[in-house]
Amino acid sequence: MSELFSKKNKDAFSIPLGKNNPITVQVLGICSALAVTAKLAPAIVMGLSVTVIVAFANVIISLMRDTIPNRIRIIVQLVVVATLVTIVSEVLKAFAYDVSVQLSVYVGLIITNCILMGRLEAFAMSNGPWESFWDGMGNGLGYAKILIIVAFVRELLGSGTLLGYNILNYECIKNTGYLNNGLMLMPPMALIIIACIVWYQRSRNKELQENS
Amino acid sequence: MKKRDTNSNSYTLIYASVIVVVVAFLLAFTNIVLRPHQNRNIELDTKRQILAALNISDVKDVAAAYNKYVKLDMLLQLDGTLVVNTGGFFSNYSTEFSKKRYHIFQCDVNGHTKYVFPLNGVGLWGPIWGYVALNDDRNTVYGAYFSHQSETPGLGAEIASPQFQGEFKRLKVMKGGKVGLSVVKYGKVVDKKYEVDGISGGTITSKGVDAMLKKCLSNYIVFFTNQ
Repeated sequence: MSELFSKKNKDAFSIPLGKNNPITVQVLGICSALAVTAKLAPAIVMGLSVTVIVAFANVIISLMRDTIPNRIRIIVQLVVVATLVTIVSEVLKAFAYDVSVQLSVYVGLIITNCILMGRLEAFAMSNGPWESFWDGMGNGLGYAKILIIVAFVRELLGSGTLLGYNILNYECIKNTGYLNNGLMLMPPMALIIIACIVWYQRSRNKELQENS
Repeated sequence: MKKRDTNSNSYTLIYASVIVVVVAFLLAFTNIVLRPHQNRNIELDTKRQILAALNISDVKDVAAAYNKYVKLDMLLQLDGTLVVNTGGFFSNYSTEFSKKRYHIFQCDVNGHTKYVFPLNGVGLWGPIWGYVALNDDRNTVYGAYFSHQSETPGLGAEIASPQFQGEFKRLKVMKGGKVGLSVVKYGKVVDKKYEVDGISGGTITSKGVDAMLKKCLSNYIVFFTNQ
């Protein structure tokens, strides 16, 4: 019986935040990183929603793992995730309507986010509930971290604002010739920024580089 | 402890059936419990949009503001007569639309009568909709509000920005017996009295707004010309 905060649990939580980051190292969940990062606010909400859903889906599947027939394993995982996301979406629509309008399309996309299926298969199916919870939280927060970095750059350089607050749209700055970079608002820019983050992370951590 | 054979056919079938029943129950239960809250939110949001067309935004109590400014919810019938809507507040106008009855909200802003008309149309990726408010003369635009479900952020989605919506103020609707209010390609405005610049890079959404204005406002021509 492992302790509450044993090394294994701490590792399950902290490694996805850095060395095993779902987006930059596992290369999962890229699509939603393009879609919601034009502005910082939806990125934060999306990151938190995914964290909550991955953590609880991990726990539920981990509790069920001994009972799931092998042949319908993937389908059962999908059903659990889809139910969880639908319930979260309905609760948002009932109690946080403005947020749910902004996220409307994307909440459904969480179901297809590869990070979920990836962690359920790789971790929850073979570990206990408490470890799975920490693994889910770690991966979700690692994902949220990258989303926030990308959204920060895209909103600041693309619209000159942060969280809706005006940062760069002042006369004195415009007079120097500075213009908001429209390219930042386009989806491909999110991929380019993620690529830069991957580049930075790999040059700092030699062990992430493959031997060629 | 006897280990259940989780790979036998019967177990798999029973397991799948139980999961389906449990999930269906959970989702139905959540839906029923949350539906009143959601409907209330949708109704409040629709009222907020109508107020936005009247250039009233950032209200703390939407319901109270709506009751203060919007006096009558009327339906325009094909023969030009107006009937008061007795069916409760609508967030969706398609039912009355299919019966060829069109909503007109008669409002009172600081002693002046304004009329608000709901619009709905098609953008590039999904539906777009809006509300146009006209002055007492039933021809001059007082305010406009547009929204969308999934247009491209920074491009088509700009129809929801105050800058785009503000350009409609003081324009005229009727031109020579037909709806003249329109959205033209960016930079190609000829008649400033009727035309608004479309969004650069959001051509299809802009065309959608143009088509929506013409199609929906045409239903009210009998109301505009009947003084």
